[in-house]
Amino acid sequence: MRLRLALAWFGLVLALPAAAAEYAALPGGTFASVLPADGKAAAAQVAPFRLRTELVTNGEYLAFVREHPQWRRDKVAGILADARYLTQWAGADDLGEQALPRQPVTRVSWFAAQAYCASEGARLPSWYEWEFAAAADASRRDARADPAWRENILGWYSRPSNAALPAVGGAANVYGVRDMNGLVWEWVDDFNALMVASDSRQQGDPDLLKFCGAGAISLQEKENYAVLMRIAMLSALKAADTTNNLGFRCAKSN
Amino acid sequence: MKHLLPVLALLAVLFGGRAAAAPPLPGDSVYNLPVQLTTQDGQQQMLAERRGRPQLVTMFYTSCQMVCPMIIDSLRLTRNALDPATRAKIDLLAVSFDPAKDDVATLKSYAEKRKLDPRIWTLARAEPAQVRQLSGVLGLQYRQLPDGEFNHSSELILLDAEGRIAARTTLIGRLDPAFVKAIGETVNKP
Repeated sequence: MRLRLALAWFGLVLALPAAAAEYAALPGGTFASVLPADGKAAAAQVAPFRLRTELVTNGEYLAFVREHPQWRRDKVAGILADARYLTQWAGADDLGEQALPRQPVTRVSWFAAQAYCASEGARLPSWYEWEFAAAADASRRDARADPAWRENILGWYSRPSNAALPAVGGAANVYGVRDMNGLVWEWVDDFNALMVASDSRQQGDPDLLKFCGAGAISLQEKENYAVLMRIAMLSALKAADTTNNLGFRCAKSN
Repeated sequence: MKHLLPVLALLAVLFGGRAAAAPPLPGDSVYNLPVQLTTQDGQQQMLAERRGRPQLVTMFYTSCQMVCPMIIDSLRLTRNALDPATRAKIDLLAVSFDPAKDDVATLKSYAEKRKLDPRIWTLARAEPAQVRQLSGVLGLQYRQLPDGEFNHSSELILLDAEGRIAARTTLIGRLDPAFVKAIGETVNKP
């Protein structure tokens, strides 16, 4: 009897995440985004929010999949995650030797990332929240004008993508958030709001009608192409897509 | 609560029974996504309840002055171009990008103003997070601007009876014959 209780208790402990995810408080504010709010020049307004200090890892995502089997790679509906979903794992609920528990989870769709964040009582960050947090370095809230900040990101882009991903837990920025730049690409909640003009330029006259409202937005801070590349990548994705280097972290409203 | 229980039990029998009878959804059906719609008549409906009949689906918002009226016109034009037998087999669904402004009363008055027959047309709203999810599953983009307008892609999407995206068109404002043909083929597939 006591053994059974002990086992039940042990099972309960196993079912809980190893440690609750840590979230850092970010102040928000008016922010000069590369993506003007009105499509022309307006600054972005970011409300105070909290952001997960670390990316979601393979280990954490495995615990989620065990808890929510509808997100196993052999159970998920194809329209919610493409065929590459979690294929870096040895099995549907087994990381195996190649996928390490502290590596950021990748090959997850936007729907899957949303479902994970919901399980943590959280959501995906908006693009503006993400960009706001990623503008910081170790000592400054906005280091974007510093060429060293940009070089650092561009250096990451130029690294080959077939090497194994490092573990999470890189140096913290001024808010205590880690690995915003230099580890993986990240989903944002409004990835399909980051419209870039290319579509409307390619088409003929019905094309003027492809986007209602103010038309395609123009990008600002053109010298900041390190960030623009991220937008280009995100805006090309579909919600079920997964890629080798695309992971996520979650956010909470204050 | 006491009175509610038999009702709930009845509902469970009705819907549980129906769910058990229906074959599982194909993995590529948009009905795998749980989206709670509220129609212009204030009726709550899960998106997946539209399973069984092909649907022409679009997203729009009622306060949009420029393209959205043309989206509705294009849906009407497309439906009118179908032969009567095909026309009788499909439903039309337009979901708002703007749940904050498009409440039930606004959708209702828009439907009346545009003379959209409620037996054919469903205008619907959903909570903001679900609007984003629906746009994701349909492959549409949208973005709210500071002045309350929306930037959005304008497309008509054909779902087959199982909720799979069978065809789509970005041609708005005039008829897309290829899309009309695709509807006929999908609806009348043996």
